[in-house]
Amino acid sequence: MSNQTILEVKNLKVSFDVASEGDMPWTKAKKLQAVNNISFSLNAGETLGVVGESGCGKSTLARAIVKMVPAESGEVVWLGQDLLELSNSETRPYRKQIQMIFQDPLASLNPRMNIGEIIAEPLRTHYPKTPESDVQARVSDVMDKVGLHDNLMNRYPHEFSGGQCQRIGIARALILKPKLVICDEPVSALDVSIQAQVVNLLMDLQEEMDLALIFIAHDLSVVKHISTKIMVLYLGNMVELANSDDIYKSPSHPYTQALISAVPIPDPSVEKNKDLILIEGDLPSPINPPSGCVFRTRCQKAQEVCANEMPEFKSKGQDHSVACHFHD
Amino acid sequence: MIVANKGKIKTMAENLSESGAGRSLWKDARIRFMQNKAATISLFILLSIVLFSFIGPYFAVWSYEQIDWNAMGSAARVGMPSIESGHFFGTDDLGRDLYSRVIQGTQISLMVGVLGATVAVIVGTLYGATSGYLGGKTDQIMMRIVDILMSIPYMFVLILLLVVFGRSIGMLFIGIGLLSWLDMSRIVRGQTLNLKNKEFIEAARVTGVSDFKIITRHIVPNLLGIVAVYATLLVPGIILAESFISFLGLGVQEPSTSWGALIKEGAGTISYDTEWQLLFPLAFFVVSLFCFYFIGDGLRDALDPKER
Repeated sequence: MSNQTILEVKNLKVSFDVASEGDMPWTKAKKLQAVNNISFSLNAGETLGVVGESGCGKSTLARAIVKMVPAESGEVVWLGQDLLELSNSETRPYRKQIQMIFQDPLASLNPRMNIGEIIAEPLRTHYPKTPESDVQARVSDVMDKVGLHDNLMNRYPHEFSGGQCQRIGIARALILKPKLVICDEPVSALDVSIQAQVVNLLMDLQEEMDLALIFIAHDLSVVKHISTKIMVLYLGNMVELANSDDIYKSPSHPYTQALISAVPIPDPSVEKNKDLILIEGDLPSPINPPSGCVFRTRCQKAQEVCANEMPEFKSKGQDHSVACHFHD
Repeated sequence: MIVANKGKIKTMAENLSESGAGRSLWKDARIRFMQNKAATISLFILLSIVLFSFIGPYFAVWSYEQIDWNAMGSAARVGMPSIESGHFFGTDDLGRDLYSRVIQGTQISLMVGVLGATVAVIVGTLYGATSGYLGGKTDQIMMRIVDILMSIPYMFVLILLLVVFGRSIGMLFIGIGLLSWLDMSRIVRGQTLNLKNKEFIEAARVTGVSDFKIITRHIVPNLLGIVAVYATLLVPGIILAESFISFLGLGVQEPSTSWGALIKEGAGTISYDTEWQLLFPLAFFVVSLFCFYFIGDGLRDALDPKER
């Protein structure tokens, strides 16, 4: 595994304008801060797991990195080049190095195209002059890699199961031999047994092709299995970033602690006796985030300083950073 | 473990792919369409009418512009439908053979309908898909243009065009084509808005496929279902418009004719006991329109994936 940093995200912010119902056209839209000040770096061959509850900005972060949603400020540095500065046509050459896998396996495949066409599309887009026989060879090669037989090439997406569709999505993402694959909840729509297959497949391919992955999920056990680093998001803010083992052994932020305590343990006697930290209340509205620390409304440790001052995201030790005034 | 899995999946895949090529959605749709009896029969009847309009002239004794001087002026007595005289459908008031004229009218009416609908479908689909996919200000401007064009009375513009630039089939095409794509573009835009947030569009964008390719390769093929249905409903609409224009006396020029023109002539002479002059063209007209509507209905059911 090389230790070259391929992706560096610096202070990335994304916000959306939200017009509430009944607003006049001239009313100023409210700002929804979906992603706030996120920074991290990713080395070749590494996996960054991103966890957080629904609506915390995981997918928006992924889409901002590939420029599907415009970023408000910050930098996305890919191999020394800030992608956010580039125009759409200038970004195109970089697109073959960063690919994406989606949550809903069937919805991410065009129902009117057959599997061969779907998988070959990135290749035909970036190398339009590739002879047809080479395209076919590459497609069957990558289909073989993800465990699909190449005589399925003429079939249509609706003839496949969810797990197979996800494999097709992975094949499409891998045909250009990218350096980074962003997986946006690739397994949350699948059965547990299929989840394991897909995650293991991703890990095998990662090793084989020296891929870096950004793996978004809300299932902590899956993320732990695949990630080298884990980032925990809450309401668009980073609350903790650490090595995968570290974060499980010594979670520092009260939110991370609560998340980890909620992971079920497949042993009834242990499960019964473990102390579960329950988070009360709902996720506050991102249009109107709480002052100071965003988590304070639901935090057991919250004190006055939490309402007044936003905790700095600072290093607490070896590769372990946390944003809390009272972290352990 | 994954190695074992791969083997398993491979055997499963081999079992699955015995049938060779996959069943496309179109193939499924065709099977469902065939199961709809009314639509299949309508399609058959319509094809027969089209065929008749091409083969029919070989059996005609009289051409469509030739005047039978015997029947002229006394159509009620001499010009009735008969096989002996060669006027299978009778003659019109001027003694011209109605059989040939109905065939001529069928050709023109169907051509106007099909070509007009084709133009409307192509323009409307591309316009609507572009507008819906690009969104934002472009969408606003493009749709306001449609609104403005829609607010102008259709028939009025068409009549004005024909009066100002003279009566001709070409002008009729331009006039009908110019205005009938508006509804199409509206429908297509709505569907596109629905489609463009689907993940497969996003996947294509992440890959770096250009906007034009996304519209032609990903959006338009997924619109075809609704477009096909709307097109079959548009054809009778255009035939009706052309018939109305011809009925007003502004459509095709003599000696050429169309269903609308024939029906007008027939309706004008109905009090002289020459009801065949109205009934033959009217029958073709009504049957064809019914066929188009039934086919449209069948297509709508067949192309709805939920029916699977």
